[in-house]
Amino acid sequence: MKFKRSALSIPYVIFLIVFVMAPLAVVLIFAFTNGSGHFTLGNFFGFFKSSRTIATLVYSLFVAFVTTVICLLIAYPTAMALARSGFKRKNILLILAIVPMWINFTLRITAMKEVLDAIEGNLAYYPFLNTIIGQVYDFLPFMILPLFNVLDEMDMSLLEAGRDLGASRHSLFRSVILPLSMPGIMSGITMVFLPAMTNYVVLDMLYNSTYIMGSLIGSYFNAYDWHNGSMISTILLLLIVLFTMLEKKGAKR
Amino acid sequence: MKKIIALLAVSVLILSGCGATDETAPVSDDVITLRIANSEEYIDEGGWDADETIELEDGQKIRGVDSLVSDYEKWYQEKYGKRVRVLYSTYGTNEDLYNQMTLGNSFDLVCPSEYMIMKLMREKKLEPLSDDFYDKSQIYNYYAKGVSPYIYRRMRSLTEGTETLTDYAAGYMWGTLGTVYNPSVVSEKDASSFQIYLNQKYRKRITIKDSVRDTYFAGLAIAKEKDLAVPDPDYAAILNDTSQDTVDKVQDIITDMRENAYSMETDTAKQDLVTQKADASLQWSGDGVFSMDQADEVGLKLCYAVPEEGSNLWFDGWVMMKNGINGDADKKQAAEAFINYISRPDSVIRNMYYIGYTSAITGGDDDSILEYLKYTYGSDEDDAVDYDVSYLFDKKAVIRTSPDQLKRQLYAQYPTEDVLSRCAVMKCFSDSANRRISQMWTNVRCYRFPWER
Repeated sequence: MKFKRSALSIPYVIFLIVFVMAPLAVVLIFAFTNGSGHFTLGNFFGFFKSSRTIATLVYSLFVAFVTTVICLLIAYPTAMALARSGFKRKNILLILAIVPMWINFTLRITAMKEVLDAIEGNLAYYPFLNTIIGQVYDFLPFMILPLFNVLDEMDMSLLEAGRDLGASRHSLFRSVILPLSMPGIMSGITMVFLPAMTNYVVLDMLYNSTYIMGSLIGSYFNAYDWHNGSMISTILLLLIVLFTMLEKKGAKR
Repeated sequence: MKKIIALLAVSVLILSGCGATDETAPVSDDVITLRIANSEEYIDEGGWDADETIELEDGQKIRGVDSLVSDYEKWYQEKYGKRVRVLYSTYGTNEDLYNQMTLGNSFDLVCPSEYMIMKLMREKKLEPLSDDFYDKSQIYNYYAKGVSPYIYRRMRSLTEGTETLTDYAAGYMWGTLGTVYNPSVVSEKDASSFQIYLNQKYRKRITIKDSVRDTYFAGLAIAKEKDLAVPDPDYAAILNDTSQDTVDKVQDIITDMRENAYSMETDTAKQDLVTQKADASLQWSGDGVFSMDQADEVGLKLCYAVPEEGSNLWFDGWVMMKNGINGDADKKQAAEAFINYISRPDSVIRNMYYIGYTSAITGGDDDSILEYLKYTYGSDEDDAVDYDVSYLFDKKAVIRTSPDQLKRQLYAQYPTEDVLSRCAVMKCFSDSANRRISQMWTNVRCYRFPWER
């Protein structure tokens, strides 16, 4: 048999079908059926009718938004400093900055819990603050990496040209560096914002007992309500598609 | 490729050869496969150090070297001359088990809590126990001979239609819902009421359960405080109220509890009590024993109290799944033999030592389990007091112990009859009640906009 290059993708296609497509199909089937197995859109409209689910969605979006903004504010200068450093092997610096964050995050959060406890005295008074600190701690590397990549590969001659034409440092950043680093910002945002909406383990570990989307799905499954649980997953999926489309649009501009 | 197939074939031959030489008793060809699912860390897994050996008064030495499951396989082959292979798996919660089984995982023998057993009974998914399972005259019927008559009676009072729980389930572990507290901060009086979870004195120093049923129960007991305070209340009826009106009241109570709590947890409170981040915690008695043991190791004294209003009595029990057993008589016999093997007094002691929970088995005529209690909790100091648990053992069972134990591990593991008489089993919610209570839970847990407060 002649070897075809497309054969190389077979392992991935199998993985995709078994572990991505099939479960997704199951989720969709449950989302659009009721207890007796008939097709329904009731679960979909039910989600938007309940003020509790809407509030959870808003709360998740808010947690994700604040996390993303803070990640961006911390990661951008960090990535800039790393990329602009005169050190020959910048990658080593990058690794030094990022490797500690690759330790399993439950371990890191457990350790951080003790630190927060020592500072705050009693964790339970600051659930939202702790959640944001935990989430930022968890997702920061995902923001630094793409930003570092774009900033590192940026064409320096463009910056020089800007300076020659009399741009101040401020306008140089605003009209040259920032637009050029937009793809990195967009992919950083995608990698932080969407997971932060559902990453309920951080909330659980830091004793924030308010539900976000991830925990809400779990609560439906605990009550044997697979249909509404699946619908929430589906709505999250729709949100992901929506955000990805927005990101593409943003990147094009 | 041919080489690989040849290699596989050879290794299969070698392996099957090994199997044949292993057998000591005459064995029929086929091996019975028994698929068992149990909660995590809920059976003796062996590996005890030599100095952990339990030496009873009568000279009996008990030590878990291998896991109870593999000991059962050996025992079964010895006694019945047939090989059984156990495929043992674990699950997190009753709901996880139910979801797994609904998604198509099949098991032969599982160990859910009483309410899940009742749900499975209602859905006709269980295989009844054999007629001779309760026959005390059969030598290996350790369960029938050893189960505590008191616990059996309490299980028997749970019915679903015309059937009772004991038609399907063999009790495994049982316990109460109570409060583990740090006596240097919390008074015994405060700890002896569910009101402690609303008490501002302990603001952000108490923990409640991140589990609907347990926290609903605590809220329910507070909502029904007045009904429970009359002489001789109907605990079972009051503590199973799921009417909309009651659920609404409980929602307000749990909302306040959550506001007052340090955390809503499933297993972190044990640690938080020991590190004194929390002063009191809603716990199942077995976890309470674990917390107290852990705290003892660092020199901290914790106590356990069962709320005076009334509390929850729960059981976990072994049940056979109809679709797993699937009419296979050999399999059913092996499953019942497993229940009996782990109900043998020495297995019971191994489990209790390993897990910290209280077995439904008290041993009947066999005194080992009582001896084990004396071995663990006995005291011959001058201030020692007598603690009577005869009602559970259905024979004279008095342990001479230190007065501390009346509020601590012994009391948590073997409460007095007085305590159990004010405890009720919380039955399986009906579908409509389940909807009401899940909605209540979602209402409590979900974010509220400022204008909704």
